[in-house]
Amino acid sequence: MTPPLVSIEALSASSVREGGTPVLRDVSLTLERGEVRGLVGESGAGKSTIAKALLGILPETIRITGGWLRFEGRDLLTMPSGELRAMRGRDITLIPQDPQTALNPARTIEAQLTDGLRMKLGLRGTALHARAIELLEEVQIREPDRVLRSYPHQLSGGMRQRILIAAAFAPGPKLVVADEPTTALDVTVQKEILRLMRRMQERHGTAVIFVTHDLGVVAKVCDSVTLLYAGKVIEAGTTADVIERPQHAYTKALIAAGPRYDRPGQGLEPVPEAIFRQLRAELAGTAAKGAP
Amino acid sequence: MTLTSVFNRLAMAVLTLLGVGLVVFVLLRVVPGDPVAMMISPSATPADIAALRAHYGLDLPLAEQFFLWLRDLLHLDFGTSISLRRGVLQLIGERLPATLELTFAALVFGILAGGIVAVAGVLLRRTPLEAVMDFVNGLFLAVPDFVWALALVLLVGVLWPIFPLSGRLDPALSTDFYTPFYLLESLARFNWTDVGDVLAHLVMPTLALGLPLAAVIARTLKEALGEAMVQDYVLLARLKGMSETRLVLQEALRNAVGPTLTLTGVQFTFMIGGTVIVERIFAYPGIGNMAIDAVINRDLPLIQGIVLVFGALFIVINIAVDLIADRLNPRQLHG
Repeated sequence: MTPPLVSIEALSASSVREGGTPVLRDVSLTLERGEVRGLVGESGAGKSTIAKALLGILPETIRITGGWLRFEGRDLLTMPSGELRAMRGRDITLIPQDPQTALNPARTIEAQLTDGLRMKLGLRGTALHARAIELLEEVQIREPDRVLRSYPHQLSGGMRQRILIAAAFAPGPKLVVADEPTTALDVTVQKEILRLMRRMQERHGTAVIFVTHDLGVVAKVCDSVTLLYAGKVIEAGTTADVIERPQHAYTKALIAAGPRYDRPGQGLEPVPEAIFRQLRAELAGTAAKGAP
Repeated sequence: MTLTSVFNRLAMAVLTLLGVGLVVFVLLRVVPGDPVAMMISPSATPADIAALRAHYGLDLPLAEQFFLWLRDLLHLDFGTSISLRRGVLQLIGERLPATLELTFAALVFGILAGGIVAVAGVLLRRTPLEAVMDFVNGLFLAVPDFVWALALVLLVGVLWPIFPLSGRLDPALSTDFYTPFYLLESLARFNWTDVGDVLAHLVMPTLALGLPLAAVIARTLKEALGEAMVQDYVLLARLKGMSETRLVLQEALRNAVGPTLTLTGVQFTFMIGGTVIVERIFAYPGIGNMAIDAVINRDLPLIQGIVLVFGALFIVINIAVDLIADRLNPRQLHG
């Protein structure tokens, strides 16, 4: 039986700086090929830490204290750096959060879009150029020739995000990590970008880890969702299950906190303080259990 | 930079040079020191002195002298050197190429050495070696060019004589040069013996002038590269699987080079000032060396000519730096 694409088992990590505060507590999740999983939580919930661990770019201030992080059955945490580098950009790619800062201002779009194709697939010359044009057409950019010759500052934020999406899918990766890819965009552009990501994902059959703090976004694009609070998995399941039948009070409160366009009188309720007290009590419980 | 702004800069340059000329002209005549007194024999009569003064126009009112000088400048007549009794322009023409070859060599050395140290420093960041490099660089920053010159004279001249310490070319090589650009000319003629000899003579003064520049470039560029290396686009490129060296050279360098370029321009103009002492120490026959003689001899026309040439060089360098900076910034190129 083939192992799942990604399997995270009892992963724990702590912050070196803040006196060993845990940032991940016993996190487990699996991702099958072609699955889109949302990682949801507020800031500090650990969703970015998981994404960074997958990409192999954990800052030195965070130390993994236990567990496994497997990609196609192989542990990423112990993989030699050479193999990791070969895999990066080919099997696992990133769609970054802010398209304003994620493109190099001094390089043309074509150069940046085709990095992966050149380095990982060895494409050159006219084949490379033709593929670059195809990629831009795939993300519905008009006048691809002009855009390829452009520098980032000549393009809008939505356009840049399309280019970053095209670049992420270009080498045919097995996993795309999307780090809040719509947070920095206008609301009107957000929707188009989400639709585009879903379409690209379906066309290429790529698995996606979608990091976000927005359950509404999850409902639109994710097959499944893992909800985190303070580094602990609070709830996990298919998107439909979690949103229709939330088990945990925190999930219910989060859903209630989302805006309800269908019923303007409701929604936007802050998460009640009692629920945070309950969450803290649960965290204290696991910590006590974990202690020898 | 558009053509109009280049034109504007050139117009400003003419005004600047006019100001430089005025200041130098007046200062030279206000400070003590009489060019005529330097050249007469002790037996000269007051009548002889007056005749000599009249010959050089030094008896005229200051304003009239200045306008006569300007009028001649417009005809590209820089006057005649009092001490060497030859045309100032001709003297400068003979000596300036030597200085240009030296400063250009020092500039290339400074950029290469400073650039390599900066890139190496960024690649070695957060290692013990980085601290060592920063410390050594700090020492180099503190040592001025003439101290390097003296140290090199001591090191190479006394302890380890591998490079010639004075002049521009071994007198034993009796090549007749058609131009004063010895290095360029011997390169163009494929005369490798001469190329080697000219380069060997350049090594010491180039190091003295170039080491402080290298230290400044290394410090500034490393700082800017370090800042660029934590940008999102570098992180994304790293995730594409690029090596660290390639990240520095391809992703960070072009975005980091701006401040260094501006500073290099400033330092380069300082370096031209530095040639005066360094050329003297290494008996290098450039314009800086000639400037010292001109000052010692109170050779007013020659000093004025040299100062104008220095001023023109400063202006040209500044315009060139701005043009290069524009080239490197796609925002301005396509804005």
